[in-house]
Amino acid sequence: MSENIFPLIRAKNLSKIYDGNFTETSALGGVSFDVEAGEFLAIMGPSGSGKSTLLHILGFLDKPTSGDYYFEGKKMEEFNDEELAGIRNKKMGFVFQSFNLLRRTALLENVKLPLKYAGIAEKEQDAMARRALAAVNLPEETFSHEPSQLSGGEQQRAAIARAIVNNPSIIFADEPTGNLDSKSGEIVMQTLQKLNNEGNTVILITHETFTAEYAQRIIRLLDGQIESDNRVSNRRFNGFIK
Amino acid sequence: MNAKNTLKTAITGLKMQRSRSLLTILGIVIGITAIIMVTALGQGAQNLILGEIRSIGSKVIAVAPGRQPEGPTDFISMFSDSLKEKDLAVLRKKENVPHLAKIMPIVFGSEVMAYQADTYRPTIIGGTDLFAEIYDTYPDKGRIFTEEEIKSYADVVIIGFKVKNELFPDSDALNQKVRIKGRNFRVIGILPHKGQSSFFNFDEIAVLPYTTAQRYIFGIKYFNRFTVEADSEDSVLQTVEDIRITLRNSHGITDPAKDDFFIETQASAIDMVGTITSVLTLFLASIAAISLLVGGIGIMNIMLVSVTERTREIGLRKAVGATAKDILRQFLFEAALLTMLGGIIGILLGALFSFGISLILSKALALSWAFVFPVKAALLGLIISAAVGLIFGLYPARKASSKNPIESLRYE
Repeated sequence: MSENIFPLIRAKNLSKIYDGNFTETSALGGVSFDVEAGEFLAIMGPSGSGKSTLLHILGFLDKPTSGDYYFEGKKMEEFNDEELAGIRNKKMGFVFQSFNLLRRTALLENVKLPLKYAGIAEKEQDAMARRALAAVNLPEETFSHEPSQLSGGEQQRAAIARAIVNNPSIIFADEPTGNLDSKSGEIVMQTLQKLNNEGNTVILITHETFTAEYAQRIIRLLDGQIESDNRVSNRRFNGFIK
Repeated sequence: MNAKNTLKTAITGLKMQRSRSLLTILGIVIGITAIIMVTALGQGAQNLILGEIRSIGSKVIAVAPGRQPEGPTDFISMFSDSLKEKDLAVLRKKENVPHLAKIMPIVFGSEVMAYQADTYRPTIIGGTDLFAEIYDTYPDKGRIFTEEEIKSYADVVIIGFKVKNELFPDSDALNQKVRIKGRNFRVIGILPHKGQSSFFNFDEIAVLPYTTAQRYIFGIKYFNRFTVEADSEDSVLQTVEDIRITLRNSHGITDPAKDDFFIETQASAIDMVGTITSVLTLFLASIAAISLLVGGIGIMNIMLVSVTERTREIGLRKAVGATAKDILRQFLFEAALLTMLGGIIGILLGALFSFGISLILSKALALSWAFVFPVKAALLGLIISAAVGLIFGLYPARKASSKNPIESLRYE
């Protein structure tokens, strides 16, 4: 099937049940939606609503208990573990709440990490990593710094650079502003918005309405079900509602 | 990820915990050091002994009474009285052993020697005038005894360098009388400084005519050895056979298993020394190898801790595209690098220590001990240390590679 007919992401009745020792916990109870290439989608909900579980499934980090997940028109089950790792590497970028940069490792090296698993030549790695760091507006002199020498906002922008270094089809951001002060959080969100404007697809998870309003569309989850799926009328640009 | 990048990743991982990494490999370092030292010193000892044996000459054949000792506790076979004067007579006959050039009977033991109030306990050797020739040590003062003196049970003695210094520190020993077992002996020769050989220390001996030694010192009628020299190297094997047959006839032995004597040549001695030292080296090296096992378990332990500590890193790597195989290789490489580093340090330390010991042995004990770097053991040590890393790193690495990325990323 061609990409014209299929959206970038199609979730059909996705559910996830965690097996406890005595009880089963349902984290997702049949969720369906599509995401087109180039969208900026925010998934909102209180903690326990299943938003993280959903993001993990969408990011190939977890598997649904039932339901179908199509990525670029292909069913998730059709990929083996190694292919899933390859897609995570080349077509997906991840931004985490706690940055997850390798400690005592220079920013440039941190950003290169996905390229190493992609088997890209060393010379090219350097140029690509520099380009990605420049794209998130980090100054050249920070490239050789270790994460501990930088502010939280700068660290998160480096993490975004790592997410985009492989030119992925989609960026997954899991509470990217959760560990940041409001000023740094704003800069991080503006960075994601800029990347979206440049054509990147972004799926953001957040529980703050303020942060979600940077997106074009908001899906609200409650108890593992979609409560609402709306376009954002008062979208935030550069921190201001236009 | 390719091997080169995996290697770099592993090196970075180790650098992050430098002091812990060094402590972890201590067991491997000690194990490899011990193995290198044991093999280096074993080889040095072997070379020393072989050198001594070779210095006696390849034409020399030793005939000893009893059976060949079957082990270090087999004393009884070494004390036997089966070699007698009549054996000496039949061996000397040309028709029995045609290629025999020289034969010297030997008796030996330890007795107190006294000069005035001073005493010393040298090794007493009863031999013939051939002694100097066969062992290549001639008196630098005085002379060797004559055939006449042997036949007449003469009370004459040649003393070693140290014996002279102990009993005659400031005076000339030549023609002085020393007492052994209440009998007076005239010192007719003094041997030069020669030192330890594999058989005895030439500086601590006193050489008497064998006849005198048998009758007045040890009170025996048999010999402890016959030292035979063949007329050429090619005839050594033939001579050994001739001696064997002659002695069997002389002793009335028909069953070779009941031989009451045994014959050694330079070749057989070299063989035996080689076997003994390599068995000994192997034995000691395998004891040292136990520390490699302990070291390996230490590596496993630390790697397990490291895997737990780096759970988030593993999760992140998986999220950005590492396969389970990538993670497995990363941790295996780390473990193998760690142990190989330990192996290299161990080889260097082992070489250094054994070089130091050879220096001490050759300088302080005046042994002609040469340092030998055991190339084979070093290569083997390197391979073993890498193998220890791979074997003991496998379990932690598997644990790391099977971690669930989500659980890992959540790990605090």
